[in-house]
Amino acid sequence: MSRLPPGQKAEVRRLLGEGPLKFRLLDLGFVPGTTVEAVRRSPLGDPVAFCVRGALVALRSKDADLVLVEVLPGDQRRGACP
Amino acid sequence: MSALNTAPCKSPADLQERVAAALFREAEAIANRATKVTEEEDSRALRYLERKLDDFLTSRRTGFLLMTALLAFIFWLTLVGTNYPSEALARLFSWGEKQILAFLGGLNAPLWLQGILVEGIYRTVSWVVAVMLPPMAIFFSLFALLEDVGYLPRVAFNLDRLFRATGAHGKQALTMAMGFGCNAVGVTACRIIEAPRERLLAILTNVFTPCNGRLPTLMALAALFAGGGLAASLLLCALVLGGCAITLGVCYLLSRTFLKGLPSYFVLELPPFRKPQVGRVLLRSLLDRTALVLVRAVTVAAPAGALLWVLSASGLAAKAAAALDPLARVMGLDGFILLAFVLGWPANEIVLPVLLACYLSAGTMVEAESLAGLKAVLEEHGWTHLTALCYMLFSLLHFPCGTTLVTIYRETGSLRWVCWAVLIPLATACLACTLVAQLARALGLVTSLFT
Repeated sequence: MSRLPPGQKAEVRRLLGEGPLKFRLLDLGFVPGTTVEAVRRSPLGDPVAFCVRGALVALRSKDADLVLVEVLPGDQRRGACP
Repeated sequence: MSALNTAPCKSPADLQERVAAALFREAEAIANRATKVTEEEDSRALRYLERKLDDFLTSRRTGFLLMTALLAFIFWLTLVGTNYPSEALARLFSWGEKQILAFLGGLNAPLWLQGILVEGIYRTVSWVVAVMLPPMAIFFSLFALLEDVGYLPRVAFNLDRLFRATGAHGKQALTMAMGFGCNAVGVTACRIIEAPRERLLAILTNVFTPCNGRLPTLMALAALFAGGGLAASLLLCALVLGGCAITLGVCYLLSRTFLKGLPSYFVLELPPFRKPQVGRVLLRSLLDRTALVLVRAVTVAAPAGALLWVLSASGLAAKAAAALDPLARVMGLDGFILLAFVLGWPANEIVLPVLLACYLSAGTMVEAESLAGLKAVLEEHGWTHLTALCYMLFSLLHFPCGTTLVTIYRETGSLRWVCWAVLIPLATACLACTLVAQLARALGLVTSLFT
């Protein structure tokens, strides 16, 4: 998921890794089948803010790598995130 | 949403994922039944605006600039806003002192009692209230507004990369922001950092953020050092940013020595911006601060003032200051200043009042209300620009106050970390002051404050 450019939407396929971070990601709604959008990078490039289920959540790219996504084609308009 | 997955689970991890997915599916179904989302033009436009604002606040070009500018602006507003209430309070207290003296004189009270009550207790308390209270209340209110809007998580978002580079956690920016209000609160706020190693880093370095008890002192001295309001707020801003840089540096060193380890994960929610409840926030933070300062003035400043008068009258204060003087001179300070920092250990807001009381008992000045009075007292005791700068540095970096140390003990449960929490800042402060003092002397930059 860390490779998504800002504005790109994708669908969550799988979560890698285990332990507290995986639980945290699942709690936040990064579950298979969910649509996510990379919204913006922080000034120094990392972390990146993702929109998931209407909330804006910032993740470091190392952590976002645990979420495997499939890029959604077509609609590139900005979504429903704040 | 895909159909329910009924294939057998391959692993516990797979099960977790499916349970979470099922929960969210169920929650979504309930939410869809119970709520209706209507897309209005207004809310669309508002969301677009919020997005643009966020882009601006966290952009590569303007993100950091804006943070600095906002900080400087808040300092400037505080500096400008402080003048009037400070003067008014100082006049009020000076009038009160005359009344009390007249009353005690009428009772034929012995001189030592007059000394303890007026020169000891009354003056220290009135200094704390007149000089410290207005900037504390104003700065705290402005910061509370900023917090209410939802800007602080954006700061953590902007700065996480820097903290990561030093092995610390981006949420430490939030705990530092709390530290502006009070370091004890900042230390407690470190609970939001889940990883123990990163939490400890944040706890040990929180003191490098000047708390509400130290900011007024820094402001008063910055105003003396730099003159006008704008220059003084820029100087303050530089000091605070210097404190941040030292925080990062100390985190870096600790991450490579006592607190080795890999950075853990970082998850931060960026809440939508909210319209601040200006009236409520202002009222609450003003009342909160005023009550807090008044309580502390009675419980800490009054006994400290009495103790100090006894120490001065018995000549012990002068002896202690003389003993500390050679060490203090190396750091660009004097013995009375170090003594004031030691005596002011229970609460930072009494350090400057204690110092003034020391100076007054050692000198000939009798009245020292207001900033002009402050200037005259310091001038009499040979302050230079270097003294003011070193005092500010020492105040910014020195050991945490008593309350904060108790909190650190509660949060870490170990005296060892409490010792480190004293030694690390103390060493940093001594080192920084010595460096600056020696450099300034070598370059011949020591100038009197008032020429």
